[in-house]
Amino acid sequence: MTDTSAPLASRRRLPVSILIGTGLAVVIVAAAVLAPSLIPFDPMRMAAGPRLAAPSFDHLFGTDEFGRDLFSRVLTGGRLSLGIGLTAVVSGLAIGGLIGLVAAFAGRLVEATLLRIIDVLYSFPDTLIALALVAFLGPGIENATLAIAISLVPFYARVTYGLAAAERAKPYVEAAKLAGIHTGRLVRVHVMPNIGQSLVVMGTLGFSSAILSAAGLSFLGLGVQPPSPEWGAILASGRNYINKAPWILIFPGVAICLTVLSFNLIGDSLRDLVDPRRKDRS
Amino acid sequence: MTPDALTLDNIRKTFSSGGRVVHALSGVSLSVGKGETLGVIGESGSGKSTLGRIAVGLEVQSSGKLFIDGERVDDMSAVMRRRRLRQCQMIFQDPYSSLNPRLTVGHQIGEGLYAAGVSDWREIRSTVADLLERVGLPRDFADRYPHEFSGGQRQRIAIARALAPGPEIVVADEPVSALDVSIQAQILDLLAEIRRENRLSYLFISHDMAVVARLCDRVAVMHRGRVVESGPIAAVIENPQHPYTRNLLDAVPRFGRRRTGRKPVPVDLPLHGDGDRFVSVGEGHTVLQASEDAAAG
Amino acid sequence: MTSSGNPYLTVRDLTVSFQGKGGEFHAVDRIGFELDRGEILALVGESGSGKSMTSLAVMRLLPQAARMSGRITIAGDDVASLPRRQMEDVRGARIGMVFQEPMTSLNPVLTIARQMTEGLIRHQGLSRKAALAAARSALDDVGFGEPDRVLSQYPHQLSGGMRQRVMIAAALALRPGILIADEPTTALDVTVQAQVLDLLVDLKSRLGSGILLITHDIGVVAETADRVAVMRHGRIVETGATDAVLRNPTHDYTKALLASHLTVEKALGLRPAEKGAPSRS
Repeated sequence: MTDTSAPLASRRRLPVSILIGTGLAVVIVAAAVLAPSLIPFDPMRMAAGPRLAAPSFDHLFGTDEFGRDLFSRVLTGGRLSLGIGLTAVVSGLAIGGLIGLVAAFAGRLVEATLLRIIDVLYSFPDTLIALALVAFLGPGIENATLAIAISLVPFYARVTYGLAAAERAKPYVEAAKLAGIHTGRLVRVHVMPNIGQSLVVMGTLGFSSAILSAAGLSFLGLGVQPPSPEWGAILASGRNYINKAPWILIFPGVAICLTVLSFNLIGDSLRDLVDPRRKDRS
Repeated sequence: MTPDALTLDNIRKTFSSGGRVVHALSGVSLSVGKGETLGVIGESGSGKSTLGRIAVGLEVQSSGKLFIDGERVDDMSAVMRRRRLRQCQMIFQDPYSSLNPRLTVGHQIGEGLYAAGVSDWREIRSTVADLLERVGLPRDFADRYPHEFSGGQRQRIAIARALAPGPEIVVADEPVSALDVSIQAQILDLLAEIRRENRLSYLFISHDMAVVARLCDRVAVMHRGRVVESGPIAAVIENPQHPYTRNLLDAVPRFGRRRTGRKPVPVDLPLHGDGDRFVSVGEGHTVLQASEDAAAG
Repeated sequence: MTSSGNPYLTVRDLTVSFQGKGGEFHAVDRIGFELDRGEILALVGESGSGKSMTSLAVMRLLPQAARMSGRITIAGDDVASLPRRQMEDVRGARIGMVFQEPMTSLNPVLTIARQMTEGLIRHQGLSRKAALAAARSALDDVGFGEPDRVLSQYPHQLSGGMRQRVMIAAALALRPGILIADEPTTALDVTVQAQVLDLLVDLKSRLGSGILLITHDIGVVAETADRVAVMRHGRIVETGATDAVLRNPTHDYTKALLASHLTVEKALGLRPAEKGAPSRS
């Protein structure tokens, strides 16, 4: 009986948080993409200015211990951080999603086994998994990306399994099963289109955690290697100068915070928007 | 003698929930003859929906046998069983969640034909249009999406989808209970018509005695995972023998009776065990008798 | 409570409308009825007939987008002109409401005692102890043999029928003049529905409550209501004493509604002739 009123009463407005998040993300991504044409100095060039110079008109973010321009390094570092994050999320989501779907549709024994394994892995923090993997694979940008991707797999497998298992129980999926649709087509035609939206949201949320992991690994010297200007790596190199030149830590730190914040804002608000509990019926 | 379309023999189903074992079905045996409609009536928790899901293969019984056309299917290989069970289709209760919101209705009806081996999409399209017409909808509705339809129309679409694979048995789980009364009768009439024309057998699950009486030839009354009484619909309604059946019939609202507001004298329902036997009380009309009664009588 | 001659609840020219895409949409269209204590009036209709909107209008619980006109008086007070604070007292103290789905109207993490006494303490300024006593006696009224046990329980520990009785008790504890029951038995099993309907009739005759029963089930109306108003497309198309309306419907829609109502007897009579089955009139 609330039918007639519901669309009027709760006509959706985009929440403020998604606007702020998207605005920030656009600025961050644009800065990273356009970095080559925006930066005043080669990020690797030593003695572009005086050593450990405070922010000034010439060097907006100041310079580091080798006299490299920090503004150029932070912007260029964004390309690395976002690139690692994107690659890790896309591959983590692809692998985890596949495992989740297999768990939901390949029969009870497979389901029970996979779920048990996923649950065990999921109980470790993903950064810890990434750390262990890099320790095993050896440091470097490719290995760090791979490790982060794998560390996200349990999360995405679990989320996908949850969504797919809920979908599996819907009468229209059961009806299609009864009609004799084989499992591959069932997943492709009935399940994926209905859970895709939620997976994209989860991808957004995983993105910020991947950026954090990347920065963390680089900070510990296990990820991107100096002199490449990844945010975590810049932080690591600046920690010895925290008293003399705090800007070396402040600017990449702020960059990490803003990136994580913006994608969390987007992810959270999107999650609220596509929440299945808010589906409207006529 | 032709075998029954569907036979369930001593079906048991247990679920474990939070370490406790729940007996959803405690040894149910039923048969649906060819062209017959068997009603299964019961209240929530009686196990009637689980029974229907086992009959189409959406759930697997913990023990007991399932026969289609006299052929045992529960011990077949998965592939064979699946092919055999395609003869059993289901109509669900909720006309909203039973259709995929993102696919056209033509696509959803046509899928069953495609899966049955029809690969020519022109042929599928024309069969889908025939099916739509059969359930009383215009042929060109195939390209529309579910949200464009009312509950009654959606249920017609769901019926068309169930008919597409050419089933012999249709399990209908409360197919009209989500619909307005004025629509209920139309859908029931449609189901009766289709049964006649296609020589279908129905397992019709409902909580509503009036709906069951309208459509079914025989009825099985379920209570706490057991069939407590079964027989020809008129016999069971006019001469109910089991205390639970009497309770159920007495509770149905009716014209010409006023509620007094007095609390009815509570009736003790017998607790049945696995050893209880059915007693015949009329032609095809049997009642489950609690064993202590049997001993006393 | 009421001065004699004036019904407890009167609704005059009630219209509830929404601004939709295709212009104004009238969910309720100039309807009027009255309800006194000690009687059951049923509003019967199909989904979209406006029966639930009517009850929400009486409670002044309409969604914000709705526009309402007409006059609703409860015990002599014009509902529309009451300040909001006072309306809160009217809800509960003068009109109680019971909804279709008892689980969603009860808070799952609070005991029944907490939920029942909250309103009593707020609306009637009772002490906790007095409120508990009132809750206990209300549970007794709706037929719970051991009210104290129910009071200490959480909603999920009760069956559907028990929850609906708790909801009715919670409404009754405030001793309202009338009770609005919106599809109170639709989510319940038939045997439980029978108990709840018996309870409503009992409350009417024993406590003198007036009950506005909103339902789609004309069989329920036949058994419980004293008077009935048949609604369709926001209008009352026919109203009168239940017996008279159901026996001699004058409006075509009422006739159609009665014709489409399935009963066990009618269903057996309507069935195509069966082989071997005795013929029925």
